[in-house]
Amino acid sequence: MSTDTTTGVVTDYEPVMGLEVHVELATATKMFCGCANEFGAEPNTHVCPVCLGLPGSLPVLNAQAVELVLRFAEAVHLRVPAHSIFARKNYFYPDMPKDYQISQYAEPITIDGWIEIDGARIGIERAHLEEDTGKTIHVGGGGRIHEANYSLVDYNRAGVPLMEIVSRPDIRSAEQARAYVSELRAVLQAIGASDVKFEEGSMRVDANVSVRPRGSSELGVKVEVKNMNSLRSLGRAIDHEVERQIAVLGTGERVVQETRHWDEADGRTHSMRTKEGSSDYRYFPEPDLVPVAPTDEMRERVRSSMPELPAARRARLATAWGITELDARILVATPGLADYAEAAEVALHAGTAKDVVNWCVGDVLAYLNETGLSPEVLPLAPDGLAELVGLVADATLSRNQAKDVLGECLREPKRPKQVVAERGLAQVSDVGELRAVVDTVLAENPALVDEYRAADGPERDKKLNALMGLAMRATRGQGNPQLLKRLIQERLDP
Amino acid sequence: MTRALELAGAVRAGDRLAVDIVEEHLAVVAAQEPELHACNLVTGDSARAAAAAIDGAIARGDDPGPLAGVPIVLKDNLCTRGVPTTCSSRILEGWCPPYTATVVERVLGAGAIPIAKTNLDEFAMGSSTENSAFGPTRNPHDLSRVPGGSSGGSAAAVAAGYAPLGLGSDTGGSIRQPAALCGVVGVKPTYGSVSRYGLVAFASSLDQIGPFATTVADAALLLDVIAGHDPADSTSIPDAREAVLPVVEHGVEGLSVGIVEELTDAEGIQPEIVAAVEQAALALEKAGATVDRVSVPSAVFGLSAYYLIAPAEASSNLARYDGVRYGLRVDGDDVATMNARTRDAGFGTEVKRRIMLGTYALSAGYYDAYYGQAQRVRTLIIRDFARAYEHFDVLLSPTSPTVAFEIGAKTADPLAMYLSDICTIPTNLAGHPGMSVPYGSGVGGLPIGVQVLAPALGEPVMFRTARVLEASVA
Repeated sequence: MSTDTTTGVVTDYEPVMGLEVHVELATATKMFCGCANEFGAEPNTHVCPVCLGLPGSLPVLNAQAVELVLRFAEAVHLRVPAHSIFARKNYFYPDMPKDYQISQYAEPITIDGWIEIDGARIGIERAHLEEDTGKTIHVGGGGRIHEANYSLVDYNRAGVPLMEIVSRPDIRSAEQARAYVSELRAVLQAIGASDVKFEEGSMRVDANVSVRPRGSSELGVKVEVKNMNSLRSLGRAIDHEVERQIAVLGTGERVVQETRHWDEADGRTHSMRTKEGSSDYRYFPEPDLVPVAPTDEMRERVRSSMPELPAARRARLATAWGITELDARILVATPGLADYAEAAEVALHAGTAKDVVNWCVGDVLAYLNETGLSPEVLPLAPDGLAELVGLVADATLSRNQAKDVLGECLREPKRPKQVVAERGLAQVSDVGELRAVVDTVLAENPALVDEYRAADGPERDKKLNALMGLAMRATRGQGNPQLLKRLIQERLDP
Repeated sequence: MTRALELAGAVRAGDRLAVDIVEEHLAVVAAQEPELHACNLVTGDSARAAAAAIDGAIARGDDPGPLAGVPIVLKDNLCTRGVPTTCSSRILEGWCPPYTATVVERVLGAGAIPIAKTNLDEFAMGSSTENSAFGPTRNPHDLSRVPGGSSGGSAAAVAAGYAPLGLGSDTGGSIRQPAALCGVVGVKPTYGSVSRYGLVAFASSLDQIGPFATTVADAALLLDVIAGHDPADSTSIPDAREAVLPVVEHGVEGLSVGIVEELTDAEGIQPEIVAAVEQAALALEKAGATVDRVSVPSAVFGLSAYYLIAPAEASSNLARYDGVRYGLRVDGDDVATMNARTRDAGFGTEVKRRIMLGTYALSAGYYDAYYGQAQRVRTLIIRDFARAYEHFDVLLSPTSPTVAFEIGAKTADPLAMYLSDICTIPTNLAGHPGMSVPYGSGVGGLPIGVQVLAPALGEPVMFRTARVLEASVA
């Protein structure tokens, strides 16, 4: 931000932000009891006295949750103190079975790490464990609590392990914020800590946004923005909030410390609650749990089982496969896609890894985005994609045909060769057959032939393409396009 | 009344039928309960069914366990699946837990027969069982007097012969003080040695379940049944503990006993009670122990620290009673109003007082001054006791500063009431075990209890000492 060219006002402000990312951990059971940690079950079917907070029940810490945080710590250089403690965060809310949340406050399980984003280090203050709350559904009154006829509570999510990752205020743009979250997702996915799905709430981001005069070392008044449920809305919300704060400062007003809600529909943030002072959660050490002290064995097990991390994987794929930095980034950042591509590459009989990647970051990714599916559940397994790449490489299919075949295979459990057989799709590369087609097309379109001969430059290419199109149509799309083109040119430019 | 050890022995030997034993005890309950009001619920039908099952097992040649056919009363803050658990509070009215407390599972597994849920001060907050939403319990030795609290119902029931055994919970003296006032044995075990799973929490870091019995050996028998690791309670001690019953008769030869000055010379302790402690010390000396006085300087601050820590934890533990999921609900136009009305109607005065105290002590501006300071005092107390236990195997003190007082005598003065637990509280803060043994009587023939304290997991030596005291007054 320098001078706003439309108004001429000097807006020499620098945005400063820190993110709080909540991640539901992919444990088999909940944080403090044996109930299944599973999304999408019938309401209140994964509940027990402990996660319902019934009188007399007691929490018992899930060791797998601890291990997943330790894996994350290993990945982003967080330190693990000799012991950490749990605290109670007290507040009343209908979806909080105990009316306090077990979290970590004074002595978190990990502290003081960093992650590299495009050469910049973003500090991570802490990543700690806490339990998720249940969910309320307000019925009637447009789903808002104050106008609802009644509210329903589903406690399936109550007690699901959450890791809260708190960054330092090191982020300077919406773009960087998105890159940071994207990298966290890739890391979390790689280490198997979470399925990081925004749409299922297994990843949730709050942004603390402030602006300050450029060059100042003091922090401005920060506003907490909530409810961004995709990377795109995260970026939009931050951009909007930064502009809003600069506009407020530009009129000589002060930014109010508050929590604001991002409204995806109108593209604005709205004040949620202006706190009269800060909330008092009356934190105190959770007396029902003993301190967590990860054993050396556990830490060694974590260290020795760390997978390849995204940055290393991007570098490896870019080098080994000769693909672009951007393609490598997309592959690795999309959950499951790099695994899919690597499996396809292994299964290749003809064609190159680059071909695999082109399909993956093109049609396959588009299909994933459109359907919200993940690569593991696609009807077309990686070796099916390898088969498709082979069919193009050996000229059985043109690229356009292959696109159609892929589309069909992504939707239904069919192999590419099966679709080719069913639709009689194999590409015609027989020179004699194609020459006859070309002769017929040229004979039936003398005017086009004359126009081609009269034209030059791009106009000439256009006419050639028109003739190509007619010839392709005559072969019902199965003619080998390179061959057809060569044959037309041979006839017209002897 | 017959002791638990004898009853279980007779049942296991086939000399007595559990159904007869249960009927005899239910007859005592029926005769005395209208005057005592020790119980919130008498579970006669399920007790008869359980007794018949025990007799069936014996007939088949099975051993139902060390408590075979022994009636037991359970404080009404212990959960039993399908049996209403009220904590003597309106706010839990109608609530039936869908699970059973670990201690209850263990006594059932040992063949004991629960015959009643006993009255208590609401949520175990109080020293007289007058804070029950269902009315006070009376002391069987003098119906105009309190049985002590908060486990007053269990103490009175055992003293009156409803059952030879009872379970209570002790957060600041709630087993030992009523045991003293009712003339029975009451034990607060080492924190973590008995699972709290299924005990409705008052102050989690202090609460511990323990036995009531008419004899030291019976208390040992029950403690050995309920103690031991429980994976459902994270604060449960994983290591194997030493059984108490096998060593209870080992005597005190060579033990060194310390009389805690701060808890014996304090103001307000009745002279007969101080005399009882001195006599107890003499009895131990006679039995071969050496006795000296010992100072535990920070013990006098125990009461103040306790009344910050316990209410702080209670304010959090009791937050869940919000009218949303179970128990009482008083409707309101919005969630906050519904919560407030429910809690106003559901909690009694003492509970509200402690919730307010605890909320205040934990609030951001006062945390360090109150809660933080109290925790530092707690650390001091732990250190002072550790120092005392470098030189002494067990410590002695009064259990209660007074014998049982008149109903209503202290209800208008919460601070006077709080002083009832001045001798018992430091042990809860330290996490150590303590027990009260009947030792003579004071004004009006009312029972006096002497308190025996030991370091963490020092139950064997504590019980040996208590057994010598018991024998010396027999």
